[in-house]
Amino acid sequence: MNRIIKIIFLDILKNKIILAYTLILAILSWSSFGLEDNSAKGLLTILNIILFTVPLVSILFATIYLYNSTEFIELLLSQPIKRKKIWLSLFLGLSLAMVLAFFIGAGIPLLINAPDSVGIMMLVIGCLITLVFVALAFLSSILTRDKAKGIGIAIMGWLYFALLFDGLILYLLFQFSDYPIEKAMIVVTAFSPIDLARIQILLHLDVSAMMGYTGAIFKDFFGTSLGLLLSFSLLCLWIIIPFFISLIKFKNKDL
Amino acid sequence: MIEIKNIYKKFGKLEVLNDINLSFKKGECIALIGPNGCGKTTLIKSILGMVIPSKGDILFNKKSILKEFKYREQIGYMPQIGRYPDYMTVGQIIEMIKKIRNSDQVLDEDLVKAFELEKIVDKQMRTLSGGTTQKVSATLAFLFNPEVLILDEPTAGLDPLASEILKEKIIKEKEKGKLILITSHLLSELDDLITQIIYMQDGTVHFHQTIADLLESTNEQKISKAIAKILKNKSNEQNH
Repeated sequence: MNRIIKIIFLDILKNKIILAYTLILAILSWSSFGLEDNSAKGLLTILNIILFTVPLVSILFATIYLYNSTEFIELLLSQPIKRKKIWLSLFLGLSLAMVLAFFIGAGIPLLINAPDSVGIMMLVIGCLITLVFVALAFLSSILTRDKAKGIGIAIMGWLYFALLFDGLILYLLFQFSDYPIEKAMIVVTAFSPIDLARIQILLHLDVSAMMGYTGAIFKDFFGTSLGLLLSFSLLCLWIIIPFFISLIKFKNKDL
Repeated sequence: MIEIKNIYKKFGKLEVLNDINLSFKKGECIALIGPNGCGKTTLIKSILGMVIPSKGDILFNKKSILKEFKYREQIGYMPQIGRYPDYMTVGQIIEMIKKIRNSDQVLDEDLVKAFELEKIVDKQMRTLSGGTTQKVSATLAFLFNPEVLILDEPTAGLDPLASEILKEKIIKEKEKGKLILITSHLLSELDDLITQIIYMQDGTVHFHQTIADLLESTNEQKISKAIAKILKNKSNEQNH
């Protein structure tokens, strides 16, 4: 397995897009931390990076990379290698490269400028979000053979989690504002990895004081160590389930 | 060595393979022929595990290949259209496959020399012509001294010189007692290579005969004429 991961990893590192991604992350983080003495603004910038840029780049890059590796996968399949191993190596190689890019670009400035629990928390969540969207990319690329369709699905997925899901939640909140739905909201957030990440980070920032009653309920739940554990395991499920479905599909795919 | 038992394959509603039963033994050189779209490549890909049959089983050395992968160590496959990562060079591809196989066997580099691949080692795959890509595919198929060679349209796209080199190599391997499976449209090219012939049509096996039997039963000297005769008889039967 290691040999294939290494080949894929080195192949991705040669890719200029991933270098540009690292560079942009680094410029954004360093400049936002450099603007003020207070690290709060910098943290908010990185929060936005984690919530929008990281998911978009991870899912798009991974989907396109997978479609471009069709030939490579075909070549590997005629060799004595398990299908599971090929797919897993691709996932690990891609994830490793994307996480490394995020770590160098945003993680290092985070650790230097905010070396406390919030900084580490954001770093971990950023890495998890990267993995979630790489896994979703595997799912979207196995669903269809058509490259344009596959990339379309990936973009729709990102759009849904980054923007539409919030809209739906707002709609629900207004529609059912007469009912005590705060507890139900906690359950609903589990259906979006980006929301899980957002709530978890916001609760650890000072701005959480401004979130009102719902914020208090969230803090009651996600603020405890049990809630923390739960939201991390939910994020992990968001990695495992999409990847596992794609793995089963890949095992039965005709090439 | 390879046994194919009641294989069916459907792509959606299209039946590509319909109850195929075949068995291949060591030391045979078998030609798989038939019109376009008759299921030759699908059959080959099923043996390689790239296509998963809807029903039926394939045995390799008496063991089922479904969900297996180790057996592919003993197969060298040359695809009809070799598709390789665009930006890798010829040298990198060969090195990568060597690393992946990680075999301690002696490598068979006859074709590397015969096709003079050293000259194009630094060329990227996307810059190669179709024929040169086929040379790389052929080299990779023979590189690890496999027991079974599966060649899908091996001489299509090769120039006469290269295709002669490849044919000589195939004969040499056949004499070593390996099983060789070839699909081709050019019957004339196969005359001096093959020992058995399988004719497929619409996903079924029309006939599977040794060359000697085939020539005897049709009173012909050449394979191409013998097959033409059989097909003519068949279509006559259908018309009457």
